[in-house]
Amino acid sequence: METLNLFIRSIFIDNMVFAFFFGMCSYIAVSKSVKTALGLGLAVTFVQTMTVPLNYLLNEYVLAPNALVEGVDLSFLSFIVFIAVIAAFVQLVEMIVEKFSPTLYNQLGIFLPLIAVNCAIMGGSLFMQQMVGAGEIRNVGESVVYGLGSGLGWWLAIVMMAAIRERLAYSHIPAALKGPGIAFIITGLMGIAFMIFSGIQL
Amino acid sequence: MASKSLKNLTAPLSGNNPVIVQILGICSALAVTVQLKPAIVMGLSVMVVTAFANLVMSLLRKGVPSRIRIIVQLVVIAALVILVDQVLKAFVYDVSKQLSVYVGLIITNCIVMGRVEAFALQNKPWDSFLDGIGNGAGYGLILVIVAFFRELLGSGSLFGYPIFEKLGLYELGYANCGLMLFPPMALIIVGCIIWIHRTINTNLQEK
Repeated sequence: METLNLFIRSIFIDNMVFAFFFGMCSYIAVSKSVKTALGLGLAVTFVQTMTVPLNYLLNEYVLAPNALVEGVDLSFLSFIVFIAVIAAFVQLVEMIVEKFSPTLYNQLGIFLPLIAVNCAIMGGSLFMQQMVGAGEIRNVGESVVYGLGSGLGWWLAIVMMAAIRERLAYSHIPAALKGPGIAFIITGLMGIAFMIFSGIQL
Repeated sequence: MASKSLKNLTAPLSGNNPVIVQILGICSALAVTVQLKPAIVMGLSVMVVTAFANLVMSLLRKGVPSRIRIIVQLVVIAALVILVDQVLKAFVYDVSKQLSVYVGLIITNCIVMGRVEAFALQNKPWDSFLDGIGNGAGYGLILVIVAFFRELLGSGSLFGYPIFEKLGLYELGYANCGLMLFPPMALIIVGCIIWIHRTINTNLQEK
């Protein structure tokens, strides 16, 4: 039950985009058509589901105080370790996809390198570290659930945004507000709509 | 200081602002703008990291093969961010707690990466350093504007000083706008800043 709760919370209540602004750069830049938004969202969800548990294991068995050597606290290294894991994993996925599925590679290819510097991925790992500290994530399974949930939340946000922006092409917007300006305001309004989920407990 | 160097410093403040024109680094920008103090600390941290990352990468630019430059950049940036994080924890612990994961997210802040890629790899160290300071300041400027409105309208104070209470506005029936403290309002304020900025600078408008 608590696992399900964590899943729902990471998708809707603690949505990466609307609650924490993670991954906004690619969110604004790539949300111009639903098709590309779906592709990027899929790639982010996949990388997120894999890197959060990987970083969880590293955090638990290497970085945490007294984990590796008795009396040594390596947690100040967590930024550099997390980003190295993410960059290496993205590189690995890119090579594997290129080798085994050229079609998927052509669809996702351009997005994969972008993901290494997507704040949503790094943010997911850093939040995971905080939630471990607060006792909300207690084992690898829950870290997978959190990774999947936060990735899906990001996917949901970018696809909804892309759908709205496709329709927006037909509306009359003040010239100065076209492009990023209106995208920000719409995201803000969507964020207000998502606030309705806050406080939901299963 | 030559006028060209000066331009590197001033262009990112308005005409080429990293947040509202280049649309970079929004990720970690908005969540820290509920109050002015963390916003200023965050702006300064990003400025330091951008300036020194630009300086280091500009010095290294001839020695690093382009195939592995991304990983080299990440290591340089991550090392700088760890230094900043440790300094913040040592000297302003309460602000460091408020900023929580967003300090770590300076690593993936697109401004740092973007300026290194777009500027430091082609330019001399001193120009790159100034460019980093300028972009950090442009980012900080937007943060301060957003935080000013959010703190003033949301909690009626500036830097924690209860300005509206001292003015006696509450007795006249004024109430704080609690919505300002929620994340969505930061986005809407930035949207409005872009609107005003582009109304003045018509050359930036999209056709």
